[in-house]
Amino acid sequence: MIPTAFEYRRAGSVAEALALLREGAPEAKLLAGGHSLIPMMKQRLAEPALLIDIGGLDELRGIREEGGEIAIGAAMTHAEIAASDLLRAQAPIVAETAAGIGDAQVRNRGTIGGSLAHADPGADLPAVMVALDATIAITGPDGDRKVQAGDFFQDILTVDLGEDEIVTGVCFQACRSAAYAKLEQRASKFALVGVAAALSLDGGTCQSARVAVTGASSHAQRLSGVEAALAGASLPGGAASASAGAGDALDFVNEDLHGSEDYRRAMTAVFARRAIEAAAGRG
Amino acid sequence: MTSADGPVLPKLIGERVKRREDPRLIQGQATYVDDIKLPGMLHLAFKRSDIAHGVIRAIDTSEAAAMEGVELVITGAELAERLGPMPIGTPFPAPDHYSVATDKVRYVGEPVAVVVAADRYVARDAADAIMVDYEELPAVVDPEAAMEAGSATLHDGFARNIAVESYWGGTGVNPETAQPEDDSAVDAAFAEADVVVSQRMLNQRLAPNAMEPRGVVAQYEAGREYLTVWSATQNPHILRTLVAGMMGLGEHQVRAVAPEVGGGFGCKINIYGEEYAAAALSRLVGAPVKWIEDRTEAFLTTTHGRDLLGYVDLAAKRDGTILGLKARIIADIGAYEVLLTAMIPTLTGLMMNGVYRIPVVRHELTEVFTNKTPTDAYRGAGRPEGLYFLERAVDMLARELDMDPAEVRRRNFIPADEFPFATQGGLVYDSGDYEPCLDKALELADWRGLLAERDAARAEGRIVGVGLSFYVEVCGLGPSAVVPTGGWEHSGVTVERGGKVTATTGASPHGQGNETTFAQMLADHFSIPLEDITILHGDTSVVKQGIGTFGSRSQAVGGAALISAAGKAGDKMKQFAAALMTDQEVSPEDLVFENGRIQVEGAPEVSKTFAEVADFAYVPVPLPPGMEPGVSEESFFEPENNTYPFGCHISMVEMDRDTGETKLLKMIAVDDCGNVINPLIVEGQVHGGLAQGIGQAMFEEVVYDEDGQPVTASFMDYVMPRAADLPAFTLDKTVTPTPVNPLGAKGVGEAGTIGSTPCVVNAAVDALAPFGVSHIDMPLRPERVWRLIQENGGQS
Amino acid sequence: MSDPVPITINVNGRERAAAVEARLLLVHFLRENLNLTGTHVGCDTSQCGACTVLLDGRSAKSCTVFAVQADGAEVQTIEGLAGGDGLHPLQDGFWEEHGLQCGYCTPGMIMSAANLLQDNPAPSEAEIREGISGNLCRCTGYQHIVNAIQHAAERMARA
Repeated sequence: MIPTAFEYRRAGSVAEALALLREGAPEAKLLAGGHSLIPMMKQRLAEPALLIDIGGLDELRGIREEGGEIAIGAAMTHAEIAASDLLRAQAPIVAETAAGIGDAQVRNRGTIGGSLAHADPGADLPAVMVALDATIAITGPDGDRKVQAGDFFQDILTVDLGEDEIVTGVCFQACRSAAYAKLEQRASKFALVGVAAALSLDGGTCQSARVAVTGASSHAQRLSGVEAALAGASLPGGAASASAGAGDALDFVNEDLHGSEDYRRAMTAVFARRAIEAAAGRG
Repeated sequence: MTSADGPVLPKLIGERVKRREDPRLIQGQATYVDDIKLPGMLHLAFKRSDIAHGVIRAIDTSEAAAMEGVELVITGAELAERLGPMPIGTPFPAPDHYSVATDKVRYVGEPVAVVVAADRYVARDAADAIMVDYEELPAVVDPEAAMEAGSATLHDGFARNIAVESYWGGTGVNPETAQPEDDSAVDAAFAEADVVVSQRMLNQRLAPNAMEPRGVVAQYEAGREYLTVWSATQNPHILRTLVAGMMGLGEHQVRAVAPEVGGGFGCKINIYGEEYAAAALSRLVGAPVKWIEDRTEAFLTTTHGRDLLGYVDLAAKRDGTILGLKARIIADIGAYEVLLTAMIPTLTGLMMNGVYRIPVVRHELTEVFTNKTPTDAYRGAGRPEGLYFLERAVDMLARELDMDPAEVRRRNFIPADEFPFATQGGLVYDSGDYEPCLDKALELADWRGLLAERDAARAEGRIVGVGLSFYVEVCGLGPSAVVPTGGWEHSGVTVERGGKVTATTGASPHGQGNETTFAQMLADHFSIPLEDITILHGDTSVVKQGIGTFGSRSQAVGGAALISAAGKAGDKMKQFAAALMTDQEVSPEDLVFENGRIQVEGAPEVSKTFAEVADFAYVPVPLPPGMEPGVSEESFFEPENNTYPFGCHISMVEMDRDTGETKLLKMIAVDDCGNVINPLIVEGQVHGGLAQGIGQAMFEEVVYDEDGQPVTASFMDYVMPRAADLPAFTLDKTVTPTPVNPLGAKGVGEAGTIGSTPCVVNAAVDALAPFGVSHIDMPLRPERVWRLIQENGGQS
Repeated sequence: MSDPVPITINVNGRERAAAVEARLLLVHFLRENLNLTGTHVGCDTSQCGACTVLLDGRSAKSCTVFAVQADGAEVQTIEGLAGGDGLHPLQDGFWEEHGLQCGYCTPGMIMSAANLLQDNPAPSEAEIREGISGNLCRCTGYQHIVNAIQHAAERMARA
């Protein structure tokens, strides 16, 4: 219940946050909503010496569209994302997924940047970002860089982000025919298995697809076998066969009280099918 | 309508009176233990074992002791010089159990050292800085394996980890020897049976999870040689007795207070090591100390419930008539016996008679130590386990015979004219009338319609099932012969000047609403407004005597004590009233309480106001002959028997073929708890009980891994029912009063928990029956259900 | 130990200034520093919601916020919900409908319900059940809580 002691600095700008990060490395951590970090600190599973609060930075806020590309600032909360008319119209998968994260209080505080950077294996948004082929915007001492979501998530709680870098936002192409479906672990409300599917449709035929899973494995990752099977498939009828082997292709599968490896593999196929059907239904 | 000169007061018993507790609770003005702050108060943190079983080689407290703000660091061995082994409340042999472990740890979370520090944050830091060197021993996790010869053992003197073994059976028990009188009848019954159903079933380990964790504040005043202990407890008087004993004090030197208590469900009956340690450490450091449990600590150290493995065999004739029951029960009681640990599983066998005539019974019980958190009472405490085993078995019998589950039960019901009814286990059911309750539930649920709805859903390929259970439970504990602490309850009723009433009850509530129901009873008794009554509880310096709140006893025992004390106070009020009306030659026996007055029955013009009489009682000039001034009376109520409420629950579930997730679609409950004082509160009790019973059936389980490490030590992994997991419940009742107390009330606190669990599992098995499933262990974890569906190729 | 951090938080309409340890949780600031003990702690993993307050008008679990993060913010607790004399319609609803037993989860539950009704003044039963899914109650089985929130919603709609 009680975290260990730390220094606290509220950054006035991203530049200041970067400077503080460099100063405090490697014992410094960024804090925005704190809904990934603070629970770990209370269990003393994380004991940073310095917390740099970037939660209030205007630079990290906003949901914008430019030329068919949608950008979300890292400090936007799940509740703000869920309530965004822009997202509901242009990328409903993002708003809907955000609306299904945790509970109301968690959504009011938790941020998209925090969720992506922390990369809990059961977090919902990483799968959605991978399926949307989103770009993660990062800034660091050497300037800004961008990483595709599919490359960003690397392992359990491990992402392509230096200790001196900050996730500033995400951007992705508007996409209506995309959906996320998950099996919730009822206690924690994390995804036991969650699958996001983004389809490119021509009538009832799928031209191409990006499908990603979270919860099943160490980190969010693409289900390339499913994607390949979907190319040219007629939907929604072809969803079941395209997703049938979805779970079998995973190299590593999580296992705990709530779901064995077998079960998670099977649920990967089930929720791939459900996500594809829902996405196709939006066609 | 008015009486002589005032409004007519409505009768309140049986009315949906809003709770008088609520204004403080809904405005954040209540005082729970953690809200208590005393000048100079220090804070405790416990260093706890992170292994399940091991010998403590050494404890290094030097770093912790040197930290700023740390007053004292003390190990279990050091504390044991001041505190002996903890008492238990059962007559069974028990190993020594110290507040803080002295030489060996036996479960993850067992305390090994304590820090006393200036604040909670520093105390935690210091506890984390304590280093403990253990010699690890093999963890004993499986209770059946624990009894095998090669198993590691937890305690010297308890070979094969067996704490308690008991056996009874046959056509009856010899009360002198507790031995079966004729056991051959059991084998004979099974030999002649047309059908025998047999099943191994687990009634899994649960965490009670009162929303308020435990907590204690202790203040020892050396100058007065007086100890005050505030604790989140269900029974402050038992706390006082036991803490006094441990501290070498008399009960006159200890005040125990249960302030606002945020739920108990049985886990706040036990008096815990932290409470004794807090008392001893307050005396040692000369300052008040506080300890507040974290939820993680609660999962590790607050007593768990259930964890009974049952091997159950039920024999019957082709027509459904039950011929006999055999039950072999193995209770995994965890690492130690605490207050009532060993007694709880004994209730399981006693209640396995259920609502049926069962001619012969054989019951074997073994209680086994394992390297887990000790078990004790959890809502229902032994009865849910027994009723679960029985009601599952009866359901299996119905399925085996292809009979309607309601009809199998009806065929075996104890008939209404056979009450009081003596069971094979030696219990005497006070009253019962089961068929009307069954009929009402079937009608309320539209049983035939429900079956048709299920069949229609199945025809669409859905996996749907309906389930039914019929329970009887034992409430109103008492009598003293069966409750080690004493089974009575105490109440005091004082009529104050001005005609206001202050009453005390030893039934210390933690959500039950006694301040409301008891005031309703007194309002009717004295015919005065509810607002003129205050009910006090929870403080041994205010409430002279008491036992506490458990076993659904508040109303049946505590309420009866209240009414008895009120009767005495009322008699005295009538005597004073008669003395005031000497000119009218009124006898006290002619007087009644009516609308704020004491009047001659049927003659409101011959009366005095309740307030006038009360004022006279305190300035009685002239004092009536033979009387003492004042009106302050008390009663101990000793029940002659327990009460046996019953009820019928019906549910409908649907399972997701792909994921195995179960959704509870409907829950219908018809309960009979005798006479009802406040239907609103009774509904709340039933709702809460249902949610907990459903929680056991569907979601909850405390799990340990093979090393004795808890896997479910937080709300991240222990699945508690949330609002969206439950449907709206449909309730009704029948009323069969009990003859064992003047109220006719039986108790309702645990009812919902007992009937709903087998009801939901019966529905789940019904849903899965087309897949060839005859039993599923709880909880209905999605993967478990999914596997059963998969084993049948996913097709029904 | 790190230096105390000066903070000012508007709590129930009053500016409250203090210098606190950076690691002090908002719930402990409210309970220990300000004696606002109506906000409770029921778990240590952000699941139970007993500590729910409104932080800048939105429900938040005050056990998962450092007091320093709330510097400059507005916090409303159960003690400030009614905003004067009398009861807030939610408090009234919980009383009328027997929406509480032991009362421990109640302040957090009411603050969550306040957030819900702010977003959705006329929620369905399912929306209420979903809206309070960040709050655990062990006593009531939630049914009377649902009734209480419906009661409040109806009263607030009439007002």
